Amino acid sequence: MDTMFMRGLKRKCFDGEEDIEGTLAGIKAIPSYNLQRQSLLDMSLVKLQLCHMLVEPNLCRSVLIANTVRQIQEEMTQDGTWQMINTQSTGQASLDRLVSTDILCRSSRDQAEGKHVPAYSTFNKDFESDQAQDSSETMSTASSVQAPRNLQSNVWEMENPQENKGNFQKSLDQIFETLENKSPNSVEDLFSEVDNSYYDLDTMLTGMMSNTKMGHCDSLETFSSPTNTASNSNCKSDLNDLDHIVEILVES
Amino acid sequence: MDIELLLPTPGGAQGRDCWFISVLFTADIISTVEFNYTGDLLATGDKGGRVVIFQREQETKSRPLSRGEYNVYSTFQSHEPEFDYLKSLEIEEKINKIRWLPQQNAAHFLLSTNDKTIKLWKISERDKRAEGYNLKDEDGRLREPFRVTELRVPTLKPMDLMVEASPRRTFANAHTYHINSISVNSDYATYLSADDLRINLWHLEVTNRSFNIVDIKPANMEELTEVITAAEFHPHHCNVFVYSSSKGTIRLCDMRSSALCDQHSKFFEEPEDPSSRSFFSEIISSISDVKFSHSGRYMMTRDYLSVKVWDLNMENRPVETYQVHEYLRSKLCSLYENDCIFDKFECCWNGTDSTIMTGSYNNFFRTFERETHRDITLEASRESSKPRAILKPRKVCTTGKRKKDEITVDSLDFNKKILHTAWHPMENIIAVAATNNLYLFQEKVN
Repeated sequence: MDTMFMRGLKRKCFDGEEDIEGTLAGIKAIPSYNLQRQSLLDMSLVKLQLCHMLVEPNLCRSVLIANTVRQIQEEMTQDGTWQMINTQSTGQASLDRLVSTDILCRSSRDQAEGKHVPAYSTFNKDFESDQAQDSSETMSTASSVQAPRNLQSNVWEMENPQENKGNFQKSLDQIFETLENKSPNSVEDLFSEVDNSYYDLDTMLTGMMSNTKMGHCDSLETFSSPTNTASNSNCKSDLNDLDHIVEILVES
Repeated sequence: MDIELLLPTPGGAQGRDCWFISVLFTADIISTVEFNYTGDLLATGDKGGRVVIFQREQETKSRPLSRGEYNVYSTFQSHEPEFDYLKSLEIEEKINKIRWLPQQNAAHFLLSTNDKTIKLWKISERDKRAEGYNLKDEDGRLREPFRVTELRVPTLKPMDLMVEASPRRTFANAHTYHINSISVNSDYATYLSADDLRINLWHLEVTNRSFNIVDIKPANMEELTEVITAAEFHPHHCNVFVYSSSKGTIRLCDMRSSALCDQHSKFFEEPEDPSSRSFFSEIISSISDVKFSHSGRYMMTRDYLSVKVWDLNMENRPVETYQVHEYLRSKLCSLYENDCIFDKFECCWNGTDSTIMTGSYNNFFRTFERETHRDITLEASRESSKPRAILKPRKVCTTGKRKKDEITVDSLDFNKKILHTAWHPMENIIAVAATNNLYLFQEKVN
């Protein structure tokens, strides 16, 4: 697999000189490029979802992983494989298809909340079913992407379910919106009753432009969107009302 | 704290590339290592927020062989863990960087920073104390005024040397993102601090104000694709600094041109080799460290697999490229999976800019001689570090046939990584941090 990615975008299935001992069994053992690419995509999404309970995740790492995901997405779009994914039904997958998410941290708060199934996992599975390869390995990889319980994750609203490609891009972009939402400036907007002097000092010190873009009401449970002055409970109900909700967990 | 002191032994010409251990030290996971301007002091910061300073022993008549030893000079807690209540996140106390200030009086000053706050520490010696106060007894109790029948002048008496560290300035609340670099300016009055998206300029005397000089945060965070990874002031030109990015680019900025240096003066980027392009190309091109040469003519950058030396006058490609561990190129997917691909290795110059050094895995570190193109791989390990032992060069086997004493790529320990190294500014003494051990190596003197 390492060799495959080293070779980059070329669509070779294997490198005969380096990996294959020359037997047919050897050839079959190497996964196809598509499968490897899918696996890398899944791995990347898992990495983005891994949250650090106590400490903010490394922004550089998140950006690099997100860029990798974008790269894969772009290539898959060019291939036409992306289209294939998105024409599949994107009905909500049942929870029992989901693998245990030990690797994903969760808060008791989130466990009490409704479970949201990422739509990505759904079309992931559908994509696999189109592949002729042995998908057992990739199944588990794909399932691990699904995160029914996410800790303080950004809710990814699908405004136009038909525009699935845009949605994916949008959800990816909203990873950074989550990061943005973590900044004191946006928090200032969120809490009207909180003493703002802390943030004013912060803004003054660094001359930062205050972030006025709030985006959608997200599942940062303690916060509510300032633009529509929604309360926490309103946010949660919005959460539950959405049909296709993909949660990409970036920050705790 | 476990310190082993080993005397260096002179004598026996073995050539230039022979090193042996000077000091071995065990503590928390070391997160930064820095010599001061004279090399007499070596500071380490660790994950627990502590700073330990070593001082080089001076040669004395009673201990003629003691020169070269580094002993603990001062230990203090620089940063404590904090909790950001609004984000519900901990702020780690881990010391990300230490930078010394040039010495201007008897005391020593250094800047130490964690993710959010920079502190200026003063380290001073006290070897005298005053005796014979009028208003208080020797044990410090106040005397009754009516008992004072005569006045006397207090006298200074020698006492055991005490080294005190006191925080003199705290530069806080200026960084939303995690601070990755600090750099003292050559004017010795200002310094910069860089986080993932912004660089701020401070005056050492002013803590309640800093100036933002670089801001790459996009108005729409959805468009974020690049972060700042390191920044440094030019060693001589106080208006010039560079910063590196996660996309493998370096921007040189001139503070005279504008107040906000979002527009760079020079842009350094090597064109990508299309034949080696993969999904990991961008990640491995991300620059983890940038260091100016002492001369100020060159700068060095460290990316995941290589070290590059750039001439400041040539922006389109580096003048020298050194492969640190090219054998990892075929393992990138595994290294991505276990997150090792995100390890940030540092690099450093020797005092004359003739040799560069950087770390690798399996507690290996490498030095590259620029003129002769000789390079050597050494290991920082307790097993191979007997007293007065000469370090044996190591070799990683990249072909199928493993020779004796070679190590295969698969047997490398990726948990043993040398991220932080430092080179004495004038002599061939190097400090290598291997997780929680600090190794000091010295070139064998003929």
